[in-house]
Amino acid sequence: MKALRLHRAFEAIWGTPRGWRGTVCSVNHSTLGIRLMVTAFAFFLIGGVLAMLIRAQLATPHSAFVGPEAYAQLFTMHGSIMMFLFAIPMFEGFAIYMLPKMLGTRDFAFPRLTAYGWWCYLFGGSMLLVAMLAGLAPDAGWFMYTPLSSKPYSPGINSDFWLLGITFVEISAIVTAVDIVVTILKMRAPGMSLDKMPLFAWYMLVTTMMMLVGFPPLILGSILLELERAFGWPFFDVTRGGDSLLWQHLFWLFGHPEVYIIFLPAAGAVSTILPVMARTAILGYGWIVGAVIALGFLSFGLWVHHMFTVGIPHMALAFFSAASTLVAIPTGVQIFAWLGTLWAGRPQMKMPMLYLIGFFIVFVMGGLTGVMVAVVPFDWQAHDSAFVTAHLHYVLFGGFVFPMLAAAYYWLAHFTGRQYQYRLGVSAFWLILIGFNLTFLQMHIVGLLGQARRIETYPAEIGWTAYNLVSSIGGFILAFGIGLFLIDILLQFFHAPKSKRNPWSAGTLEWGMTMPPPSYNIASIPHVEGREPLHDRPDLALSLARGEGYLGEPRNGWRETLAVGTSSGKLDHIVVLPGNTTLPIWTAAVTGSFFLLMLLKLYWLTPLPLLALVAMAWRWAWLLGRKEDVGALPIGHAQSAPTHAEVQDPPGWWGSIFLLTADGTFFVSLLFGYAFLWTVAPAWPPPQLFDGGVLSLVTGVGATALAVIGARVASRRLQRGNGAGGGMVLIGLVLLIAALSMAILGAPSPTEHAYNAVVAVLLAYAVFHAAIALLMQVFVVLRARAGFLSARRSAELRIAQLWTDYAAGSAAIVLLAIYVPALTA
Amino acid sequence: MDPAGPSAEAINSIWWAMLAGAAAIFLLVGGLLAWAFVRRGDGTVSARTWIVGGGLIFPTVVLLMLLAYGLVIGERLLPRSGPDVVEVEARSSRWQWTFHHRRADGSVLSTPGVLHIPAGRPVDVVLTTQDVIHAFWVPRLAGKMDAIPGHRNVLRIEAGAPGTHPGICAEYCGIGHARHSFRVVVHDEAGWARFLAGEGA
Repeated sequence: MKALRLHRAFEAIWGTPRGWRGTVCSVNHSTLGIRLMVTAFAFFLIGGVLAMLIRAQLATPHSAFVGPEAYAQLFTMHGSIMMFLFAIPMFEGFAIYMLPKMLGTRDFAFPRLTAYGWWCYLFGGSMLLVAMLAGLAPDAGWFMYTPLSSKPYSPGINSDFWLLGITFVEISAIVTAVDIVVTILKMRAPGMSLDKMPLFAWYMLVTTMMMLVGFPPLILGSILLELERAFGWPFFDVTRGGDSLLWQHLFWLFGHPEVYIIFLPAAGAVSTILPVMARTAILGYGWIVGAVIALGFLSFGLWVHHMFTVGIPHMALAFFSAASTLVAIPTGVQIFAWLGTLWAGRPQMKMPMLYLIGFFIVFVMGGLTGVMVAVVPFDWQAHDSAFVTAHLHYVLFGGFVFPMLAAAYYWLAHFTGRQYQYRLGVSAFWLILIGFNLTFLQMHIVGLLGQARRIETYPAEIGWTAYNLVSSIGGFILAFGIGLFLIDILLQFFHAPKSKRNPWSAGTLEWGMTMPPPSYNIASIPHVEGREPLHDRPDLALSLARGEGYLGEPRNGWRETLAVGTSSGKLDHIVVLPGNTTLPIWTAAVTGSFFLLMLLKLYWLTPLPLLALVAMAWRWAWLLGRKEDVGALPIGHAQSAPTHAEVQDPPGWWGSIFLLTADGTFFVSLLFGYAFLWTVAPAWPPPQLFDGGVLSLVTGVGATALAVIGARVASRRLQRGNGAGGGMVLIGLVLLIAALSMAILGAPSPTEHAYNAVVAVLLAYAVFHAAIALLMQVFVVLRARAGFLSARRSAELRIAQLWTDYAAGSAAIVLLAIYVPALTA
Repeated sequence: MDPAGPSAEAINSIWWAMLAGAAAIFLLVGGLLAWAFVRRGDGTVSARTWIVGGGLIFPTVVLLMLLAYGLVIGERLLPRSGPDVVEVEARSSRWQWTFHHRRADGSVLSTPGVLHIPAGRPVDVVLTTQDVIHAFWVPRLAGKMDAIPGHRNVLRIEAGAPGTHPGICAEYCGIGHARHSFRVVVHDEAGWARFLAGEGA
């Protein structure tokens, strides 16, 4: 049988070895997706236990269950775990597992990065768990407001655990976001233009773009705060020119988009499951896509609504209030598209639908209270009270946990290959729904009565006892529901009959494979004509398994899959993916050792892991590529395509574009911080401006021009077949580093004033990027010498050119931002 | 809820209006959801009616009205200068509130833990902090405002009648946060004069 022969051949190429060796070297997206989800669920349970402890403490007035110190750690860790270690990794894991299958491809664009992201997440999350077990958990709130989180008021290591651990996890989130964006844009089945993409992929595209723009401000804030804590650079210390409000702006620039980053993937699951449950197609596909994109943009315009009480002028508040209420409109579009879909079809009350109804009830209530707190005068009352605690749980539990539970039941057969049999899920649903509302409904009222957030005790005579006791009882009912859900799912893995393929008769490609799926997903890649390929061609799954699509015959032991035109979905080239390797775990371990050394305050040792990282990144890139042109190769159906090594914009080039997008946001946030402090912080202008001499300015700007032109000269020489000549760009970058270093030497001491500290960070940023560009250009020269580059195999040069342009551009902006105010003063 | 001053009353009226609106919208969505299971869909549903009508026009109209209402009320709650405005400086620290009144002769009267205000007159509370961020909140009188290092924020409060109200710190400020509270004593005219004279405290 042909399908079986193909299965064996592909499994030999794509499979993972058994045992611990396979565990540490696997780069397979299904394996890694499941690992992320299991780990995230474990963190959900841990965060849930912390919530139970919080509710136990608040059940009665004057409770002596835990003291204020332990309570501070409880609520800080509950929030941090649920946001950073549960919600984000959970949907990332789901997307990593599911997206390639929905898009009709065999793996992610950067399999080794997927693995690196998972190891970083595991190590960073473990750091926070160790802190908790040692009783040293962060205790300044998940929002880490300065100056409470600064050295004078949090002298212990607790806050450092948060800043370093969360930054480590964020790095994992950023690389995973790049991975997901490029996969969605490039790695689809041929024919799948953007407007034929499954809606879930649209949601994930917008979500990950938002992550690339939303996470850098928090990473910047964490780095600045850690610099202040470790070395006394006063970014947030008002007595030395800092301002604690800068932290709030950076935190909420991340924090509000974060809410939508968590909600959108879940809404994507709703848009996928709901039409299948209603046995119809989704109503208003284009409207939903438009609404999701609008949400992505709008969500960056409302961070200030977390800061309505910090003393911002009322007209500015009015603007953010308007933006905050308007964001309800795209949400409304989705809600009505879903309702209309249910009206158009014949909905069936299966398990996923049950949880979707829970989602509707809870999430709509959360959305309505969200509009309430967007109204400024009402927010002045509700802000930082239990009302907001209730609101955010309605939004996040309703908008994320309920859809994820629906998704769990909907896609369960995909993971287990078994039919859903038991009815425990129904009891679990009612326990969860009732428990949740008992916990949080009357919390709205007690909040308006004056119960502030984050208090560990309250007086008996104030009259909040009954509200809080009911909340605590509800919380424990909810916990029983979650426990029952877990038992139900586990039973499913061990005791259920085999399921038939595509049990819901869905139309999307992830159901067109055996369940559980093989390591390579599909034995051949389909040509997609519509949004629901399995409905268009009921025999598609079998035909693909027989190798009748593209790339249906294994070749050279390569892990091959196809890349398409970004929007058109036209066949573009063959991507040959790297196989299993232990590089990701080693790189993550070295990254982790850097954070560990920072945590232990062994700063003088930190250059070691940084050098090791350079060496590993070098090896990471060196392993790819080929020394000869192979030209276009046949891919079946009498068509052929070149490999990614011989095209102008391979996935690696796109990955650089999106990584630089995140990097650029980081840079813009830094410039925003500089401008913010200059205009808002009380102790400005600084006593003394930068006086580094004009020589480094002139040299620096000249060097940037030399580097940019030199990179182009090198590129042209390669195109003409004259080899890579990197002399000019190398000289330009070395000069640039020299000029910037000169400026650093002439800069005033960063501990004296926030201005000095910002100047130092700006210069360090420019030097860092110039050094990266230099490394890349040296790499390219050596690669050319080793025969990896040719006129056709020129993508590495183009990638190095991107980074050189970025380094030169950012360095020029840094120099101007420092020199212009100093020279005009 | 249970407001004891004009700001709190305004906020309270917004709350009840919004609660009524929210309940109506919630019932509408719930009803549409339930009805979808009762009727038998025949696949002919107008995307325009549902999405443009329900998802676009309906929320836009409701939200614009709400926004205008909130803006007008918000303007009314802002501190504006007037002849009878009383100014008090509230200095917060971990974990204590101290209130400073400037008397007509320029001397300062400080009261730790208790804020004295006259009934029926607008009071501007100037918020400062000695250490971390705190927030001043008297739930029955008005909304809240943060006290931020290096900044001076002003919150307008007003109490209708003499009495005593609890006040708390709303921004997490460390392990003493839950006990970082104060009292507001509202005086009638005679009591206020006695307080300023240094007798009533």
